[in-house]
Amino acid sequence: MARAVVTLPAQAKRGEIIEIKTLAQHAMETGFRRTQTGDLIPRDIIRRFTCTYNGTEICRVDLHPAIAANPLIAFNTVATESGTLTFQWVGDNGYSVTEIAPIRVE
Amino acid sequence: MTTRREFLVLAAASVAVPAAVNAQIDPNLAANRKAAFQSALLKLVGDAKVQRGRVKLQLPPLIDNGNSVPLSVAVESPMTDADHVKAIHVLTEKNPLPDVVSVRLSPRAGRASLATRVRLADTQTVTAIAQMSDGSFWSDSAEVVVTLSACLEEGLI
Repeated sequence: MARAVVTLPAQAKRGEIIEIKTLAQHAMETGFRRTQTGDLIPRDIIRRFTCTYNGTEICRVDLHPAIAANPLIAFNTVATESGTLTFQWVGDNGYSVTEIAPIRVE
Repeated sequence: MTTRREFLVLAAASVAVPAAVNAQIDPNLAANRKAAFQSALLKLVGDAKVQRGRVKLQLPPLIDNGNSVPLSVAVESPMTDADHVKAIHVLTEKNPLPDVVSVRLSPRAGRASLATRVRLADTQTVTAIAQMSDGSFWSDSAEVVVTLSACLEEGLI
């Protein structure tokens, strides 16, 4: 159900700036839409995305209803050491997805 | 000659239509949105001065569907411990909520850039603001023409 995809190079040179692309599967319901009978559809969004590199926070993103469905977040980081990158999405109604990606730095 | 049935239908239509229009359009909508944008800006920036430049906000000038608009922000910065971008904020003028996205970065990001996809409710100006580690604020804005609006809610139809 709750799926997320992370794209990053499997290996990189030390000090190289790498691009990371993340995509989470989520409707990002704004809370401004109505059903045909006029009832407001309650808000259901991903509120926060965080990326940590071997425990160090790289970036923290606050998402608002103006982010399109299936939010794409692309950013950069410096490849400093081999290890793992942890990605976490947290949202309304207890939504929480964690994805881990390894990286090899030479 | 108008029959009784036709007369009733016409009378009902002439009463019902203006009532529906009144219910949908809030005359203060534009002013409210502007005030919301200003207060969101004030909350992010405080009384600091926002300067133009260093930030590059990229958006397509014309978009068919406001439900998914590619947006990217890049800020010129060496991204060292002493001089880096602390945060990037994106605001809109005419969306129901002015905030779009806020990113907090550390020097480990290497390059201050972000790409995402946003929803735009109307043809409007989108603003990106970068907060530097020295406390200064820089901004850039882009005009986007939206053909099909996202979030069709009251007042926008």
